[in-house]
Amino acid sequence: MHKLPELKTTGNRIPNRQAICDTLMTAAYQDRSVIALCSDSRGSASMTPFFSACPGQSVEVGIAEQNLVSISAGLAKCGKRPYTFSPACFLSTRSYEQAKIDCAYSDTNVKLIGISGGVSYGALGMSHHSAQDIAVMSAIPNMRVYLPSDRHQTKKLIEALLKDEKCAYVRVGRNPVEDIYSEENCPFEMDRAVILADDDNYDAAIIACGEMVRPAVEAARQLKADGISAAVVDMFCVKPIDREAVLTVTSQAKLLVTVEEHSPFGGLGSMVSQIVAAVCPKRVINLALPDAPVITGSSKEVFDTYGLNAEGIAGTVKRFLK
Amino acid sequence: MTNRELTVLAYELREKTVDVITGAKAGHIGGDMSVMDILVMLYFRHMNISPKNMNDPDRDRFVLSKGHSVESYYTVLAEKGFFDYETYRDSFSRYGSEFIGHPHNTIPGVEMNSGSLGHGLPVCVGMALAGKMDEAPYRVYTVMGDGELAEGSVWEGVMAAGHYRLDNLCAVVDRNGLQISGATEDVMSQEPLRTRFESFGWHVVDCAGNDMDALDAAFTEAKAEKGQPTVVIAHTVKGCGSPVMENRAPWHHKVPNAEETTQIKHDLEEKKEVVKHA
Repeated sequence: MHKLPELKTTGNRIPNRQAICDTLMTAAYQDRSVIALCSDSRGSASMTPFFSACPGQSVEVGIAEQNLVSISAGLAKCGKRPYTFSPACFLSTRSYEQAKIDCAYSDTNVKLIGISGGVSYGALGMSHHSAQDIAVMSAIPNMRVYLPSDRHQTKKLIEALLKDEKCAYVRVGRNPVEDIYSEENCPFEMDRAVILADDDNYDAAIIACGEMVRPAVEAARQLKADGISAAVVDMFCVKPIDREAVLTVTSQAKLLVTVEEHSPFGGLGSMVSQIVAAVCPKRVINLALPDAPVITGSSKEVFDTYGLNAEGIAGTVKRFLK
Repeated sequence: MTNRELTVLAYELREKTVDVITGAKAGHIGGDMSVMDILVMLYFRHMNISPKNMNDPDRDRFVLSKGHSVESYYTVLAEKGFFDYETYRDSFSRYGSEFIGHPHNTIPGVEMNSGSLGHGLPVCVGMALAGKMDEAPYRVYTVMGDGELAEGSVWEGVMAAGHYRLDNLCAVVDRNGLQISGATEDVMSQEPLRTRFESFGWHVVDCAGNDMDALDAAFTEAKAEKGQPTVVIAHTVKGCGSPVMENRAPWHHKVPNAEETTQIKHDLEEKKEVVKHA
């Protein structure tokens, strides 16, 4: 367990995708087997610097996501360490079968990076939203699913992924994310959630992933001011989910609230509910996007509409703790 | 081995493949028979792949994109010494078997899992790209069915291979002209196939696909081609080896009954003897 971080508006707001590019470039200078692939998406992926600095380790496949993933698998099978970038909406559905067969089933070391995930593309509409990616990718045997929360955790996650030989799907958003952690203080252990709480006797636990972790921490701070103690679980490892962390907070808290930028079906909320229901039933409230095309607007406007913000999370905790 | 000896071997392996299918009461016999000469020519003449070099990064790579021809593929791998034929024959498609009904890379000799069509060529593009990056000497081969060419992902791979001028890549089309519902040209026409590949920047070799001399020449020509990938359009006969099956679409995945099996094996044996003593 770690103390709830003091949240600052750092001004140094870079999107998590840029943290991925920076980390991969550092690795690629040392290791020629690190390869980046894009499907006419290097700008969206913040990977233009990588493509410029390491042209011999960059592969452009054009607008062809199926080909993108299969080519990555072929590269991996011949000893390369491909990082495969495409908007999460296309990567997780257009090339789903390639992820299933060529990556997971054939057991190739392909890291699929879904950029501009969730409702990052805002008003571009449902074609560009990926509110199903956690569910579909998690349902593939041998596929891991990660949603890092801020740039510091993203860096640690990519460094950990660079050391292993298995495929994974990583989803990051398009927009800059305010820091939760700092360079000096970013607790990270692969496949172990980060539990953030100021004391052991919390009333509620908020389990969140990806860019929902920051508002979850803000909500916990607001609740503390109102005399309610809440823990936050940063479940960046959605699969394999940290079951032990879920059970730890379930044994303590009276209420669990899950928060995710995803469909209400098959994502973090479903997984947490499954664990809690089987072992030690307690009330679990799932906050998620609706099972419908979302309202037109920026991602912030979308979050505000559906209560996926600090106020919405804190309000939910208060309402259901009564 | 001479081309004539390879032809004899292909007939022997067809017989063994029939035994696998009748034992398991499952398989895709028509395509198994049409593709056999291609597999034998690749594994016993042109490809640098054996049980001894599977950890060598410079070995050639092979992906059976038309994964439903797994029975003939596994029979060839067994003949190459990757695993025991009898074990494979007696467990194929049975409960709990490692030898499932499509290629699986827990089986020695298999690089990639396949079964869903349209994956092999794009994967091989990645393998060939890796070879170019490493300036490695290996070549990459894939065999596709002709019905498979209706998959859009095939053409994404064709486009990329042409774009990157992957002359270390050789694709083979088992052009037997039939798929499960009937003639390819009735289901979804493939012609003019040569022109289609050429327009994507490929070198195209048309050859008789159940003729070892023609296949040998085609793969030799592919190796010599520089600056572009090669596709060998191998004009084959579905069910090749027995008039019981030849050119009949229902034999895509029909399991022969006892009487048919006797006739098919008789026909294969007879053809083998004719080649042997020609």
